[in-house]
Amino acid sequence: MKVPPVFDRALRRLGGPANDIAGARVLPAARLGGPMPWVIAIMVALCVLAAGGALALANFTARAEAGLNGGLTVQIVEADPVGREAQTRAAKALLEGDRAVAEVQAVPETELARLVEPLLGDAARSSALVLPALIDVRLTDAAPAGTAERLRSALATVAPSARLDAQAAWLEPIFGAIRALRWLAVMLIALLMLASAAAVWLAARNAFDANRETIMIVHHLGAGDAQLARLFQRAVLTDAAIGGAIGLAIGGVTLAFLGARFAGLDSGLVANGAFGPGDWLLVALVPVIMAGVALATARRTVLSRLGRML
Amino acid sequence: MAVNGDIVRFDNVGLRYGTGREVLSDLSFTLHAGQFYFLTGTSGAGKTSLLKLLYLAQRPSRGAIRMFGGDVITLPRQRLPAIRRRLGVVFQDFRLVPHLSAFDNVALPLRLSGVSEGELRQPVADMLDWVGLGSRADARPATLSGGEQQRVAIARAVIARPELLVADEPTGNVDPEMALKLLRLFEALGRLGTAVVVATHDVNLLGKVPDCLIMRLDNGRLSDPTGALRYPPRREPAETRA
Repeated sequence: MKVPPVFDRALRRLGGPANDIAGARVLPAARLGGPMPWVIAIMVALCVLAAGGALALANFTARAEAGLNGGLTVQIVEADPVGREAQTRAAKALLEGDRAVAEVQAVPETELARLVEPLLGDAARSSALVLPALIDVRLTDAAPAGTAERLRSALATVAPSARLDAQAAWLEPIFGAIRALRWLAVMLIALLMLASAAAVWLAARNAFDANRETIMIVHHLGAGDAQLARLFQRAVLTDAAIGGAIGLAIGGVTLAFLGARFAGLDSGLVANGAFGPGDWLLVALVPVIMAGVALATARRTVLSRLGRML
Repeated sequence: MAVNGDIVRFDNVGLRYGTGREVLSDLSFTLHAGQFYFLTGTSGAGKTSLLKLLYLAQRPSRGAIRMFGGDVITLPRQRLPAIRRRLGVVFQDFRLVPHLSAFDNVALPLRLSGVSEGELRQPVADMLDWVGLGSRADARPATLSGGEQQRVAIARAVIARPELLVADEPTGNVDPEMALKLLRLFEALGRLGTAVVVATHDVNLLGKVPDCLIMRLDNGRLSDPTGALRYPPRREPAETRA
């Protein structure tokens, strides 16, 4: 089987300066054969899915954090409606006058009632239920670290019942869990790569043993280790290319399908995980990395076997 | 480069496999460029073991071996292929690559040395013609007779014009006429500067190569009927060699 020129050049670089003996057809087959392409295809597909999951989670947290960073919520927890109204006005005035604040928006009481209605039912509209006043605050991009603390202190003087919270802090435990999931995906990819390397090691070792007599002959005729290793690398590369293409197709189609399904939910939160071109490029790199792992493993295996010969 | 035409020099070489007794003991000799050597001895005398040392398939248990001017015992193994490419080996069991045609088997040493396909086609075809297998160039070893396989193995050993040719019973499977023709080929290589070592137990062959030197192995030790062990080997009258 003829190897595409791009692989050929890659092999020459990996194999060192010794001349190529592929033309000598020392190995009877151009591939390791057997289930190797399918093993690689499955591993690549699983890696693509894991990488896709990790990227979606990374996108989700990055975009959500960007949206929440700089967002503050001020609650005026005051039972007396008059006092609550006065403190809300004072707090709003103070915030609007601060240079670090880009936007101040008092949440209307009707909106508050609508927010808690799913939880409290009709009681949410009862005048007997005291709801705190809420003020949404967005800081400027140039707001220095510690602005929230400064505003909290300032608010305490004009609105003693005010409580200031950073919006990102509410979701921090969720973001932490998502980050853990991302690491889980990365670990999964690493384990899959390791499993692939083990499969290639086994296949290369079997192929070497199956062709031992021929290799001995060629070795005695003066073939160098690098020349012989390159024959196996070529065979592995062919299998990795076939398996990688199949695996990428399976994994890519699955990711695209899942992406379309999630997009159909029409949720802003879910949309945060959507892929950009850079993400697809990273996913497309999975089979390339897998081929690199397979090549390195095959080379190491064959060189190790050859090292036992004189 | 070899000094004074020395291709190989053995100094006090011994070989044992594992913890067994020495199969070769106290071998000291030189092989010179252009010289034809017969290696004789009874079965089990150590001929094949000595040949293995010569074609670098085995390291000795003791002693020193220099080839082409360099010490091959301490040479790093990654530098051995370059030495092996200067050797031609005819194995007793031929060791042809089974899935390759006769042509591809003969072309192997040239391909390993990086000779282009265009450059190797004609010499390989000529060599196959010379050993009488021009019409069997595409045949796989399994479809060739023992004698034909032997001729392919010889053609493969000499195609790259080695500096040292090591042949283990190279005429064992061919008819007398072809055997003589192959010996003439080896002699011709010798005239081109190749040191030729032919292991045989066929005493009839010994008288057929004028000016050959005989190395006789008995129980792993070399006797010196033609002065081959000296530095340099002394040539003896033909009648003492027969």
